[in-house]
Amino acid sequence: MDNREVLVDIKNLRTFFYTEDGVVPAVDGIDLTIHRGEVLGLVGESGCGKSVTALSILRLIPNPPGKIIGGEIFFHGEDLLKKNEEAMRMIRGDKISMIFQEPMTSLNPVYTIGNQISEAITLHQKIDDAEAKKRTIEMLHLVGIPEPERRFNQYPHEMSGGMRQRVMIAMALSSNPELLISDEATTALDVTIQAQILDLMRGLQKKLGMAILIITHNLAVVAEMAETIAIAYAGKIVESATAKEIFKSPRHPYTYGLLQSIPKFTERKTNEPLPAIEGMVPSPYHMPKGCRFNPRCPFATEKCREEEPEILELTPGHLVRCFHPIES
Amino acid sequence: MAEKAIEAKKKGQKKSSEDYTYVGMVFHRLTRHKLAMVGAFMLIFILLFVFAGPLIWRADPNAQIEGLGGMFNLPSRAHPMGTDDYGRDVLARMFFGGRISLFIGFISAISSTIVGAMVGLVAGYYGGWADNILMRFTDAMLSIPTFPLLIALASVLGKGVWQIILVIVFFGWMVDARLVRGLVLSLKEQEYVEAAHAIGASANRIMWRHLFPNTLAVLIVSTTIGIGGAIIYEASISFLGFGVQAPFASWGNMLQNAQQFIWNSPRLIIFPGLAIFLTVLGFNFFGDGLRDAIDPKLKL
Repeated sequence: MDNREVLVDIKNLRTFFYTEDGVVPAVDGIDLTIHRGEVLGLVGESGCGKSVTALSILRLIPNPPGKIIGGEIFFHGEDLLKKNEEAMRMIRGDKISMIFQEPMTSLNPVYTIGNQISEAITLHQKIDDAEAKKRTIEMLHLVGIPEPERRFNQYPHEMSGGMRQRVMIAMALSSNPELLISDEATTALDVTIQAQILDLMRGLQKKLGMAILIITHNLAVVAEMAETIAIAYAGKIVESATAKEIFKSPRHPYTYGLLQSIPKFTERKTNEPLPAIEGMVPSPYHMPKGCRFNPRCPFATEKCREEEPEILELTPGHLVRCFHPIES
Repeated sequence: MAEKAIEAKKKGQKKSSEDYTYVGMVFHRLTRHKLAMVGAFMLIFILLFVFAGPLIWRADPNAQIEGLGGMFNLPSRAHPMGTDDYGRDVLARMFFGGRISLFIGFISAISSTIVGAMVGLVAGYYGGWADNILMRFTDAMLSIPTFPLLIALASVLGKGVWQIILVIVFFGWMVDARLVRGLVLSLKEQEYVEAAHAIGASANRIMWRHLFPNTLAVLIVSTTIGIGGAIIYEASISFLGFGVQAPFASWGNMLQNAQQFIWNSPRLIIFPGLAIFLTVLGFNFFGDGLRDAIDPKLKL
């Protein structure tokens, strides 16, 4: 379906956390393909393994308690899981960058923002301080921070959340990465600022052409940004297709439920309650047998409770992990 | 810390918040802390006494007045604090002894803090077995009865200023190590540390560039209070006769010297004793105030 070069190919990634209460299979066999220059949205509820997937790509899983116990993550055809720490450091922030959820705490309070962006630059490029400063100011300008020369010398606490997230983006993009991972980067911001940051990211993506992996629980965010969407549930991908397909004809009951639970102003009759997905996300210590969505699924049958479905390509480019996919 | 600074700034100070840096804010709060100001004045007084004193009172601390008449003179015009058992001017010895005592106090407190910070950073950052080994070693060091070992150590190392500093650092780094480890355990979970990992920073860079500066506020307080403790240590070591050696003075060895004459010439013990008392109290007051000034949740 996509003729572009494959940038990242995650195969059967399994990242478990070994806690005192038991083993948490946070990511349990996730497959994901990101093409060069593609914007991929990874959507799911809290605890479905989205962030752990992102951290696994950068090999930043805190160990202990976490451990990548299986799978492969190919980046340019090389398995990142086989690389040593030194080689990984060369990739982090240079080829693959990440921005985090909390702009308020993602910057070190004791250094000016200019200092911190310059650090990210000089870690990967052999340039002198003056050059790094020039590049930093360019980056600040690029992410739409007014008066970059003055802002260069400001501390994080002198900036608003939206501004700090712009700084984080500047830092992440300072070495022209091929992949930007945005882990709930807009979640902590006001809706208006959220829109600005998404606009900015979209604009920069067009200009610089990097691939973006957007991790969010907010379908509206990926609707605006992503070409392809993967829906994760309880550590597995349950459906993936182009954004258009997902919104037009969701095939997995979970995706369908998610889309139903978005308030729509136009179609809803008054006094009608907003549909919600029944039940709760399963406890990571007691994953249900069979399909992990079966206790909440309105279409679940005996087979769903016994056997785990494989992910299948129903129509070209549209993969679904379900025995009884909804008809399109 | 940044949030704290903002929070403190918001607390109705008249100047606009833009005018304050973090250091400026701490200084401003410090000036409003009465005990800290008392401590600061005590320290300024002591420092002036020790460093400016010799410029006004030009007497050789080691010169002896020959003959019996020169010994144990009571305070007079010629000798404002009298003379000691060798007929040396006590005031001059107080100046130079104070310099040595303060020097030892500063250097050993700062060195213990650095050693403690290194141990604490490594233990807190790496966790696991590194943490276990380092912290159990710290516990073991804390449970050694200090004085017997101190005497043994001093006799092995020999006597002298640098040897005392070494001994004080050897026994003084543990509290800072625990302090820093505790701080690092919480700091390393901060998102900016994760972000530093994500830009490809090495473990060393994260420890020294990203974690260490964030522990400085606490370490400065601990060092300030530590100086007082180190001065007491120096006095104790010198009192036992392993410290600064004659003819050079330190407040500690002046005390040691004076113990035989405590009934005949109590002033020989009162002057250095009072100087140590005031200095240590000054550092403790000031250090306490500094701790309060750094903590923005306290209203000052």
